[in-house]
Amino acid sequence: MTTEITTTELKGPSGPKPKKLLTPQRILIYVILTMFAIYFLLPLYVMLMTSFKEMPEIRLGQIFSPPTQGWTLEPWFKAWNSACTGLYCEGLKVGFWNSVKITVPSTIVSVFISALNGYALVNWRFKGSEVFFAILIFGSFIPYQVMLYPLVILLSQAKIFATLQGVIVIHTIFGMPILTLLFRNYFASLPQELFKAARVDGAGFWRIFFQIMVPMSLPIFVVAVILQVTGIWNDFLFGIVFAGTSNYPMTVQLNNIINSMQGVKEYNVNMAATILTGLVPLTIYFISGKWFVRGIAAGAVKG
Amino acid sequence: MRTTGRPTGFFHDLFLRNFSSKLAVTPMVLTVLVIFIGCTAWTVTYSFTNSRLLPSLDFIGFDQYVRLFKDSRWQTSVRNIAIYGVFSLTFTMVVGFLLAVLMDQKIRFESVFRTVYLYPFALSFIVTGLVWQWIMNPAFGLQESVRNLGWAGFTFDWLTNRNMVIGALLIAGIWQGTGFVMVLLLAGLRSVDEEVWKAARVDGIPTWRTYISIIIPMMRGTFVTTFVIVGSGIVRLYDLVVALTGGGPGISSEVPTKYVFNYMFGAGNIGQGLAASTVMLLTVLIILIPWAFYEFRPRRDR
Repeated sequence: MTTEITTTELKGPSGPKPKKLLTPQRILIYVILTMFAIYFLLPLYVMLMTSFKEMPEIRLGQIFSPPTQGWTLEPWFKAWNSACTGLYCEGLKVGFWNSVKITVPSTIVSVFISALNGYALVNWRFKGSEVFFAILIFGSFIPYQVMLYPLVILLSQAKIFATLQGVIVIHTIFGMPILTLLFRNYFASLPQELFKAARVDGAGFWRIFFQIMVPMSLPIFVVAVILQVTGIWNDFLFGIVFAGTSNYPMTVQLNNIINSMQGVKEYNVNMAATILTGLVPLTIYFISGKWFVRGIAAGAVKG
Repeated sequence: MRTTGRPTGFFHDLFLRNFSSKLAVTPMVLTVLVIFIGCTAWTVTYSFTNSRLLPSLDFIGFDQYVRLFKDSRWQTSVRNIAIYGVFSLTFTMVVGFLLAVLMDQKIRFESVFRTVYLYPFALSFIVTGLVWQWIMNPAFGLQESVRNLGWAGFTFDWLTNRNMVIGALLIAGIWQGTGFVMVLLLAGLRSVDEEVWKAARVDGIPTWRTYISIIIPMMRGTFVTTFVIVGSGIVRLYDLVVALTGGGPGISSEVPTKYVFNYMFGAGNIGQGLAASTVMLLTVLIILIPWAFYEFRPRRDR
């Protein structure tokens, strides 16, 4: 049977080239894809619409309709400037700047250390380096809760518990496994002749790293930075445990604004606050596009 | 290569050879030894003690574990995460794969679709939880919208319904994670050699058969990796619950991570929190160890 079909398939080209028409099958594909796209987009749409409505209109309970009684920017200003998070009513801007203060140094330090790790693991192996690396990757799957309490003790003893430095250290530690994997795989794909030639020319560990490896690896640095910025910005657990009340990142503040018990719930302010918190990772995602996808495909282990 | 004339003492071997390299990986080595091994060992050790407000080394054997498994709050947590895990894993894998296959049909606007499917993954679980909390709000959300359209009896009260609240978590979790699974599986599909498809076409094998009998088995590695990543993510489920349900109504959407957190930092019963987190550790090891054997088994082609 197989041979029969093969011969008909292999008759060779005859007749005009078939035109690519929209077959029913392809229409079905687009319909399914579009339906899923609507499902994924709907929450973003609802968020935006709610944030532009006045409270009386929200109480009508028409979550999917755009504002019909006028658009307002008031919720956005309130979310940023004066929404209450527990004791304080200074809005999300405090949390925003805390998140910036946490994310920038954590990203720089963890990317730098991980790049060095990857480089050492590929080009300067020593006895036991692969074992450490294997445990590092394995360790990244352990639930954070397992290490949380001893880490609190360690940070208190180092006098950095409930400080920005403390939460930066934690992010650097837990960013390390996946970024190291990323850099290790990347450096392993570079031609080793370059490294050897530099060695022959007398360049050492640091010179080769800064003058050859780093300039050649800009793409992977971009991927690593995207992964870290989005990951650290979106963190909640480490922020709430290690940062301390006055250093809470934006995610923690946002949750406090919305899930605090007191007062009348202002859903429009809540949704504006939610969008504001999601804005940084979303912007990075929409700008970086392909890089983001490469990043998660290469190193989605951090989750 | 300079292999002769080097000093070769034990001390030299351990520290000085490749000194810069060893200096560079010191943070990694410390992380592995102190954090991943040290802290985990600490937690396991103290889970056998009678630590209450503060850690103490008063060993009481398996008492904490016995108490843990008798606790209805823990039982609820475990049952919830099991239900969530099974449904979320099945759904994200099946739908993620379906979407990946459809995206692989040389469609137009592929990058637009991909962007739309994946953007929730870029968001924080807190953001995801709060958005869905609003949509599923029984007073103003989806339920009220549909009722206002004229279907007065419509109910969608999962957030306040003890039996359905896990469904609410699932809706939000699946919304966040499906695009991510799709991207990983799409990458796997794209790595299958085009020749395989040609050969299958020449042999007259229908497309769906090719997927089931050839492509999926060839993608086993991608599936296993995705499974491990998604699986260990499920065990960690925490932020989403805090933001969407707060564990409620009552304790009906509690999960183990939240249990651990409450006992360590809220209830002043550290020992029990540590026992609970040790159980979580074991769960992850059960997922990880078979994967490690699969991934790192000796292979001739490497």
